[in-house]
Amino acid sequence: MYAFDYRRPSALDEVVSLLGGLEEPKLLAGGQTLLPTLKQRLAQPGTLVDLAGIPGLADIAAEGGGVRIGAMATHARVATSDVVRAAIPALAELAAVIGDPAVRNRGTIGGSVANNDPTADYPAACLALGAMIVTTARRIPADEFFAGLFETALGEDEVIVAIEFPRPELAAYRKFRNPASRYAMAGVFVARTGEGVRVAVTGAGQSGVFRWGAAEAALTDDFTAAALESVPLDASDLMSDLHGGADYRAQLVKVMAKRAVEAAAR
Amino acid sequence: MNASTVTPIGAPVRRKEDKRFITGKGRYTDDLSRPGQAHAYFLRSPYAHARIRTIDTAAAAEMPGVVGVLTGRDLAQDGLGGLICGWMINSKDGSPMRAGAHPALAVDTVRYVGDHVAVVIAETLNLAKDAAAALAVEYEVLPAVPDLAVAQAQGAAQIHEAAPNNTVFEWELGDRAAVEAAFAQAAHVTEIDIVNNRLAPNPMEPRAAIGEYDAGDEAYTLWTTSQNPHVARLVLSAFVGLAPENKLRVIAPDVGGGFGSKIFIYAEETVCAWAAKKVGRPVKWTCERGEAFLCDAHGRDHVTKGRLALDAQGKILGFQVKTIANMGAYLSTFASCVPTYLYATLLSGQYAIPAIYCEVDAVYTNTAPVDAYRGAGRPEATFLVERIVDKAARELGIDPAEMRRRNFITAFPHQTPVIMCYDAGDYAASLDKALEMADYAGFPARRAEAERRGKLRGIGLSNYIEACGIAPSAAVGSLGAGVGLWESAEVRVNPTGNVEVLTGSHSHGQGHETTFAQLVSARLGIPIDQVTVIHGDTDKVQFGMGTYGSRSGAVGMSAIVKALDKVEAKAKKIAAHILEASEGDIEFKDGRFSVAGTDRGLAFAEVALNAYVAHKFPTSEIEPGLKEGAFYDPTNFTFPAGCHVCELEVDPETGTTEIVNWIAVDDFGTVINPMIVEGQVHGGIAQGVGQALMERVAYDGEGQLVTGSYMDYQMPRAEDFPAFKVGMTETRCPSNPLGMKGCGEAGAIAAPPAVINALADALGTQDISMPATPAKVWAIAQARVTRQAAE
Ligand SMILES: Cc1cc2nc3c(=O)[nH]c(=O)nc-3n(C[C@H](O)[C@H](O)[C@H](O)COP(=O)(O)OP(=O)(O)OC[C@H]3O[C@@H](n4cnc5c(N)ncnc54)[C@H](O)[C@@H]3O)c2cc1C
Repeated sequence: MYAFDYRRPSALDEVVSLLGGLEEPKLLAGGQTLLPTLKQRLAQPGTLVDLAGIPGLADIAAEGGGVRIGAMATHARVATSDVVRAAIPALAELAAVIGDPAVRNRGTIGGSVANNDPTADYPAACLALGAMIVTTARRIPADEFFAGLFETALGEDEVIVAIEFPRPELAAYRKFRNPASRYAMAGVFVARTGEGVRVAVTGAGQSGVFRWGAAEAALTDDFTAAALESVPLDASDLMSDLHGGADYRAQLVKVMAKRAVEAAAR
Repeated sequence: MNASTVTPIGAPVRRKEDKRFITGKGRYTDDLSRPGQAHAYFLRSPYAHARIRTIDTAAAAEMPGVVGVLTGRDLAQDGLGGLICGWMINSKDGSPMRAGAHPALAVDTVRYVGDHVAVVIAETLNLAKDAAAALAVEYEVLPAVPDLAVAQAQGAAQIHEAAPNNTVFEWELGDRAAVEAAFAQAAHVTEIDIVNNRLAPNPMEPRAAIGEYDAGDEAYTLWTTSQNPHVARLVLSAFVGLAPENKLRVIAPDVGGGFGSKIFIYAEETVCAWAAKKVGRPVKWTCERGEAFLCDAHGRDHVTKGRLALDAQGKILGFQVKTIANMGAYLSTFASCVPTYLYATLLSGQYAIPAIYCEVDAVYTNTAPVDAYRGAGRPEATFLVERIVDKAARELGIDPAEMRRRNFITAFPHQTPVIMCYDAGDYAASLDKALEMADYAGFPARRAEAERRGKLRGIGLSNYIEACGIAPSAAVGSLGAGVGLWESAEVRVNPTGNVEVLTGSHSHGQGHETTFAQLVSARLGIPIDQVTVIHGDTDKVQFGMGTYGSRSGAVGMSAIVKALDKVEAKAKKIAAHILEASEGDIEFKDGRFSVAGTDRGLAFAEVALNAYVAHKFPTSEIEPGLKEGAFYDPTNFTFPAGCHVCELEVDPETGTTEIVNWIAVDDFGTVINPMIVEGQVHGGIAQGVGQALMERVAYDGEGQLVTGSYMDYQMPRAEDFPAFKVGMTETRCPSNPLGMKGCGEAGAIAAPPAVINALADALGTQDISMPATPAKVWAIAQARVTRQAAE
């Protein structure tokens, strides 16, 4: 780890002004991604601006039928929140299969979404549920937020404050874990609303989380696992690595999608 | 069973050491700090093969907090020798193995990614890392040969001048002509190709070292994570030339697992000790997990072709084996004996095989050194034997259990064609018990039920045997070992009747502090908390060969028994004087010395006190005190054996394998503490399943390590397993006083073929390599569907 300064502001506007004024600042949330990076000397921020001191940033509240989850809410809190479990049980279930207990008790939804790891779980929920990413500057629809591997629409001095999830009629998430890391090797979030079905895939795409249009069309017509049987998925856009080729990932996406549909309809 | 009771042999006594470990009171090397210590950071090669043109240390030496920057030239200037391989293997033609030099810090060539280029010592680790970044090394990158398959090929880059064609030795064992004759009369020949995957050992505690030099005593102390501190001292003294043994103390405090990887004498530990004098400060180094993946000696990594000759009834007539063993870039401490005498000598398995011939080529590649890892050679042998026997059974249409039964050795002692003489065993007994516990007969119904759920269910057997308790010193000496493999013990009875046992074995997870104390408690009739076991310090324990190869019970405890025999004999003499009886009339039972046929007697503690006050016996005949030492040299290896059954289900949609049932029936001879033994079996199975389904060290074509962290290297987890069903059968080992065989490696040896045999059963193909990852299994399941559709 390289030396860095540390700040722990107590208000969001203070965070924003620190981000604007300091040399090489970096936000710190749960540190589950950032600290390993620092320990391996892969990043050299000047100052860590810790979000832990800001009141209310971890709150979870029912809102307009859906839920609003503060950026600093840990995965463990989302997994066990009565509000989330009542409104969108699939989201609580997703949070419960992130990493291990230590990661779930430190890692935050804001950090996960801001990081946009192509194998992270939350981005799939955000896309499939049509979430709204609320920042210190604006409200960004999930469809416009995720911009490729570890890339998002966030500006330099922009902080995620909360994520708002509308309540779907039916939803489920199914994840095939990478056997080593336990991140998603293929994670599929399926959600049905009055407007149709949305299917988001994480872990498999070469450029991160994506919506699987053909599956959405098929499921909007017929919300059954069988409807996915002959839906095409182009393997050439999928990742290949030590743990499996693109064809295998294509298979996993399809199987996870079917299982998610079955679970959602149950 | 608690601390204040006498603990009989066979009782599941709770581990004495666990309170310390579980409450964070353990003392591992990294927990220790020495006054004034500085921190070492090793600059490692980023290339698999390169010539070092220059190393400019000037800028690094000027960096803040730097205490010293040292390179291979400094080591050489101080006259220190390189690291050694302690087992000489001769090739078929009689020529000695061709080992390249292995300097602790590279002199002019680096040979694998992670090889040691220089050490930077600074006030803090962070400052050492900063300075290492300022080291200017000019490399001339050379072609690398990370791939075993092409390392011996014409034109392949040469890793060591001493080893043409990168070949260290071409060794053989057995009778080639007899095997050829067997094949000539065979009714059936089964062939198999096997890759035994390379594994990273992954003990929970990474390696660590603190070197210290006392300028007053002119003596070194090295605290280090070692399974055998005396061997480390011997090697550092006699071969590296650091200091004479009487000026070097090696302490291995609490050690958090080793699995073989902490047997070896590595560069970092050597350098820390040497550098402590150079920089005049204690020097500490703790391995980071990423460094462990790069530099801890890996395990396995064989490519093998096996051929089995059978008659029409499935009786094995002959067995022919050709193995290429990857040594990595240097020969590690015991690397040469692993694919030879620890491997080919077990190729008879549990079977009466009249003729065996095995050839092994040991080959250098530009990868991390490969050496012993839990089982060391025996898992490789067992995997080959149990896979080929299973395959043969299926080819001949014989039930795999029946196939094994037809070939079992049933009379003992049994001399195999590959050196080993099995002393005792009952292989049918463990097979029968395992089949019963597994409800083998009910398997077809379970398979049909699984099929209705869309799952492919399979069952697989593994009838393993291993040679433990290594071993008669003269025997291993005749096979090339550079050391004797006995063990020492000292039993010190204090005047108040409690006892310290000093042992040359080393506990790093095995629970010796409990098992050894349990033995002494049972023997002397004193509560277990009055027995303390001391190990791991060359200033306390006079000598020892350490712990590996499941030898601490069979060899280490046998030495304690010998010492206890002497203690008892002397105590009887003293008791006879006090009780005014003749020595022959003194009986020792339940902690009391009594005169036969009378009610006159003395408690053990009373005799102990008398031994030290020495008032009541003639010290001209009997020396005061009660302390005895013993060296025990075994007369044979021990031969634990057993039968494991794995039942699993494959999800053909995802390729996921779920182990649904595991039966382990082991014959370890006498069991001192069944709870600890079960724990050893559980851990072994987990590691064996790890090899079968999950683990593989992979390098890319340039020799870069691809699986350098847990993000890519999959370890087994508790949730990957059902509750294991562990059973025991028992045939006593006739060669040691307690009748023990050893249990530390059995699970890791037995498990891989049980899993792959079960997968072969589930998937209907023999073509399954380890690790059978979900992606691989899915592809096989896909091919099966296509094949069935075509049929
Ligand atoms: C062993 C392990 C296993 C894991 N397994 C999984 C898994 O299975 N699935 C999964 O999805 N994830 C997994 N993770 C990642 C984990 O979920 C992280 O918690 C998450 O990716 C980052 O969240 P964090 O709160 O720790 O963020 P940090 O590490 O603190 O920050 C991550 C990045 O986000 C930025 N950031 C943080 N908060 C904000 C904000 N409010 N606004 C803008 N930028 C912000 C930081 O500056 C930094 O760049 C795993 C991590 C580990 C260590």
